Amino acid sequence: MRIVVTAKYVPDINTERGFQDCRVVRNAGEGTLNELDENAIEAALRLVEAERESGGVGPDDGEVIVVTMAGTDGDVALRKAFQLGVDRGIRVSDDALAGSDYFGTAAVLAAAVRKLGSEEPVDLVVTGMAALDGLGSVVPTLLGAELGLPTLNLAKKVELAPAGSPARMLTITREIDDVTEHLSAPLPAVLSVTDAANQPRFPGFKLIMAARTKEIEVWSSADLGLDSAVAGAAGARTETLSAAPRPERAEPEIVTDKGEGGVALADFLIRNDLV
Amino acid sequence: MTNRTVLVLLDPATEVRTSVLELLTIARGLGRVEAVALEAPTVEVLAQLGAYGIETVHQAELARDGACVSGDERHLPAVVAATLAAAVRLTDADVVLLPTSFAAKETAALAAHELGAGLVIDAAAVREVDGRIVAGKRVFAGAWDTECAVTTDVAVVTVRANSAVAQPAEAAVEPVTEGFAVEVAPSPVTLLSREVKADTSGRPPLDQAAVVVAGGRGTDGDFGPVEDLADALGAAVGASRDAAFEGWWDAYVGQTGVTVAPRVYIGAGISGAPHHRGGMQASQVIVAVNSDPEAPIFEICDFAVVGQLADVLPQAAAEIRKRRS
Ligand SMILES: Cc1cc2nc3c(=O)[nH]c(=O)nc-3n(C[C@H](O)[C@H](O)[C@H](O)COP(=O)(O)OP(=O)(O)OC[C@H]3O[C@@H](n4cnc5c(N)ncnc54)[C@H](O)[C@@H]3O)c2cc1C
Ligand SMILES: Nc1ncnc2c1ncn2[C@@H]1O[C@H](COP(=O)(O)O)[C@@H](O)[C@H]1O
Repeated sequence: MRIVVTAKYVPDINTERGFQDCRVVRNAGEGTLNELDENAIEAALRLVEAERESGGVGPDDGEVIVVTMAGTDGDVALRKAFQLGVDRGIRVSDDALAGSDYFGTAAVLAAAVRKLGSEEPVDLVVTGMAALDGLGSVVPTLLGAELGLPTLNLAKKVELAPAGSPARMLTITREIDDVTEHLSAPLPAVLSVTDAANQPRFPGFKLIMAARTKEIEVWSSADLGLDSAVAGAAGARTETLSAAPRPERAEPEIVTDKGEGGVALADFLIRNDLV
Repeated sequence: MTNRTVLVLLDPATEVRTSVLELLTIARGLGRVEAVALEAPTVEVLAQLGAYGIETVHQAELARDGACVSGDERHLPAVVAATLAAAVRLTDADVVLLPTSFAAKETAALAAHELGAGLVIDAAAVREVDGRIVAGKRVFAGAWDTECAVTTDVAVVTVRANSAVAQPAEAAVEPVTEGFAVEVAPSPVTLLSREVKADTSGRPPLDQAAVVVAGGRGTDGDFGPVEDLADALGAAVGASRDAAFEGWWDAYVGQTGVTVAPRVYIGAGISGAPHHRGGMQASQVIVAVNSDPEAPIFEICDFAVVGQLADVLPQAAAEIRKRRS
């Protein structure tokens, strides 16, 4: 089982996030591995571990590779992935890729998966449900379309037919928009998992130590044989025109309940024509 | 106004949700509006579409390898996307609008991929500027407003609920339903089962409601007071993720749950964690009820009561019912 996880480096949700010149500000030291990609890494690790435990593969077989498309500071995300136990970390970096939109991002990630697949077959690509900066939730779908692979999105539960089954079917349960669905597809496939799919593990001491010095592979667009027209600002199908902070909210009216708090709340709503 | 054609997705076609009426209103500001459906619209639906000025409904006749595609499969994003792409080619449309949901994002992405179209997710406004489609978005938990222009010929845009006030057209028309053939590619994905949760609450859907009352860990599992206030206000009920993961309530508000932008959001026993704020901070008015005067939700609210929610909510509900009658 060889699994590629795509993981994004994003501004920490607990910091002041913003824009400068229509680009997201990425302050060194304030970015993290997109939390929802920890669920993707966890799902991938568990699939490989389950296969080893069941004896489907040898104790050292199976590999989880994380790919991120980012500038050099994206290494923060890869180091975190190493701490969680992934085997390889690849950063795709190139000035020509700056300003990529969803399609450009998916094209680059797809090229990286293809390159990995040319070394040795890739069985599965796992992604998070959304990047917490843009909250698009579309890169997994586009990645599947670019790779021409079946895509199972927003899994809450993931089941894989055991090694040795005639077709390795991946089955997911998803609950979205008040609809519960069971979907299945044969490997190789693209899978995105939600934050309800699992509880990401805490890194162990040994892995934390090892992660500091573990090698990060850096690939350029030339390494991926990418056509420069698909990615970067030049290939983007949207152009950001403006980005402005919203005006601050006025000071809130705060009432401490001394027996009349509910009446005050009702009064606020009625007085402001909100009922 | 240009002679642009705008397609609006109508799925299902058995009801017109408020979010679709809002879309139709936004779409009329961009050009000639037509609807795309995967099943026959009902008579009531046609009447509503007519009131909103829709003259044509394109109804897909789905086929795969010569066999008809029917039932639940029709709602799979790949099938809906193939339909939208075919409808764009048929009508030479310039813009496709969908109401935002997780399924719609998948559909929009696939349709845009097939059409080579530009894609905007979660727009709060769509307008034309100098011949280009420009979408407004609220990002970073509602802290920033951004605008982006689509640079391709075709634009696919998902639009958040409550982005516009639904407004019928000046003059009603009689819509005509026209069939069109859609060839669906064979799919390696099998739909084993699909179940739509029946909603018997009589409350508006959480993602579209004008008023939302949400309960968190502070309810300690008792959503009675939350439901009581919601019903007094005709509101939808939501939860924090912690409350939902405890099994106290189904649907939760936030970055990984449902994004809401109602006129009024009332959070009770919810601390206001960044992940939660990301899904509700674009609300017009934010009200909090929390026993801790230091709760972070107070930083983003307009009105707050520091107190026990089990006391405050029922009293507010009773007062509203009293002053209404
Ligand atoms: C990747 C990721 C994604 C997430 N996505 C989401 C999301 O989409 N939505 C979401 O909500 N969360 C999400 N979370 C979880 C989020 O970080 C918080 O843990 C969660 O929102 C907290 O829920 P809460 O406010 O109900 O609980 P708490 O933070 O425990 O707050 C409970 C509040 O209730 C108050 N309280 C207690 N008793 C009473 C009483 N009797 N009367 C009045 N007030 C009382 C307390 O003062 C406190 O402020 C996510 C987390 C992660 C890691
Ligand atoms: N630049 C990137 N590098 C690696 N993975 C990414 C990148 N952007 C998006 N992804 C993956 O796609 C998922 C969804 O992202 P999005 O569609 O942007 O919300 C994330 O959870 C990641 O797994």
